[in-house]
Amino acid sequence: MAEDVWILGITMTKFGKHPDKDMVDLAAEAARGALSDAGVTMKDMGILAAGNLMNASAGIGQQLQKQIGQTGIPVYNVANACATGATALRTAVMAIKAGECDYGLAVGVEKLSGAGLLGAGGGSRSSGTHYEPSGRYGAVATTDGRIGTTTMPGTFAQIGMEYGHKYGGTSFELFAKISEKNHAHSTLNPLAAYTKKMSLEQIMGDVMIAYPNTRPMCSANCDGAAAAVVVSDSKLKTLSLEQRKRAVKIAASVLTTDPWQEACQILPDVNTLTRNAARQAYEQAGVGPEDLDLVELHDCFATAELVHYDNLMLCEEGGAVDFFNSGAPWRDGKTPVNVSGGLESKGHPIAATGIANIWEVCHHLRGEAGDRQIQGAKVGLAHVIGLGSACGVHILEKSAA
Amino acid sequence: MAEQVPLVEYLVLGDDPHLTAQECTGCGARFFDRRNACASCEGDQFKKVRIANEGVLRAFTIVSMAAPGVPVPFVAGVIDCDGTSVRGNVVNVEPSPDNVSTGMKVRLTTFPIGTDDDGVEGIGFGFEPVG
Repeated sequence: MAEDVWILGITMTKFGKHPDKDMVDLAAEAARGALSDAGVTMKDMGILAAGNLMNASAGIGQQLQKQIGQTGIPVYNVANACATGATALRTAVMAIKAGECDYGLAVGVEKLSGAGLLGAGGGSRSSGTHYEPSGRYGAVATTDGRIGTTTMPGTFAQIGMEYGHKYGGTSFELFAKISEKNHAHSTLNPLAAYTKKMSLEQIMGDVMIAYPNTRPMCSANCDGAAAAVVVSDSKLKTLSLEQRKRAVKIAASVLTTDPWQEACQILPDVNTLTRNAARQAYEQAGVGPEDLDLVELHDCFATAELVHYDNLMLCEEGGAVDFFNSGAPWRDGKTPVNVSGGLESKGHPIAATGIANIWEVCHHLRGEAGDRQIQGAKVGLAHVIGLGSACGVHILEKSAA
Repeated sequence: MAEQVPLVEYLVLGDDPHLTAQECTGCGARFFDRRNACASCEGDQFKKVRIANEGVLRAFTIVSMAAPGVPVPFVAGVIDCDGTSVRGNVVNVEPSPDNVSTGMKVRLTTFPIGTDDDGVEGIGFGFEPVG
């Protein structure tokens, strides 16, 4: 059995608009913040895993080294849709578990302010002047909008509607209430892109993007970075009491992709791979959903949050609506979900998201979350999913030191 | 009549328009696009099968924000056509939540999407409410 891996230092930048900072500035701020939080330097690091999605060929890891320390260590530049940050972290974790090094640095960064609608590609091209079949569907013209939609808001809207069709109880108002919760939570998070409380009426009356998701029910495209320093259990034992006290154990680190399902070519199945990841993570960590003091899950849209209550087994199968209506996912509820404000208000700088949600959980486990501290938090779960698909689930435990 | 071409190869035109799929001869998994091997069982033999024209709307959204050039609003959905899931727009209905609901019965319909420089007419498909 490979040894345990711990988070020694972790940080995130403020999410939002950073017009005066480029991608490397943001990554450097997060990376140096995490190193400083851990009490180590680049010279200690044995691996750098760097995630960036929108400029995946740019070699962000090496660009970052040139600003914070070129020590010659291996760099893994990773891109894995919205699970990019989680994938970077897991890459560093795997290097330690493999015994290749004692310390690793994982960074995720994205510049996404003003990016607008994502995912409108889907075999589309400008309307040709000659109808010539091309691509794997032999399409003669743009298909998005003509044969359903592959845009992100439309896709996740259908995922929520499908859940409602299967189990009942959903409505425009219910999905809007999920968003109301996350926007209320965000008022306590100074690093969130949007920290404004919104009433149900405001949310439902805002600009419709893809029914039933209005604009505040969609994740916010923004800039941001997050980074984490991970350390082997044996190395941690040699560090100071202060470092050991603040270290957070990675009790489970899981990455899955979507297994084939009948409809997955039509509408991405975000459920099966999330459920598989959750099941593996609970088994690895030796805990169950009832043990979680807080959950940061991938609410890229309000409709997505609902289905993930079920996929992460926070409720009985088919019971997500009742779970929400019981008040459980509010910060004073049984299983607080997205106390950071979630992607809908904190923002979603894609590659940073999968480390930032772990930072949020660590912040509470360390008892450092200030006004939004979940009292006595000992175990938390962080989940991300990217279409394509990739799902990352991490379970984190407070140090006993 | 002008020459016609389907928007996608899996749409068959003529007197009896319908959709087709590539069905894996090993496990029965169905695909609308060209596949190198079956994503379900790894088999590499496929046969063309006809998809039922009628189905049930299992999920939908009303898209109000789309890429430039895509007319909005429109209803995008997933239709269960006798066990095979199909992506398509719900057409010939007012695009509002009052007029569209999951569980509603729909059927395939085809319509022109435009004409290219050679005078060839492109034909698309959608699903319209039944009855």
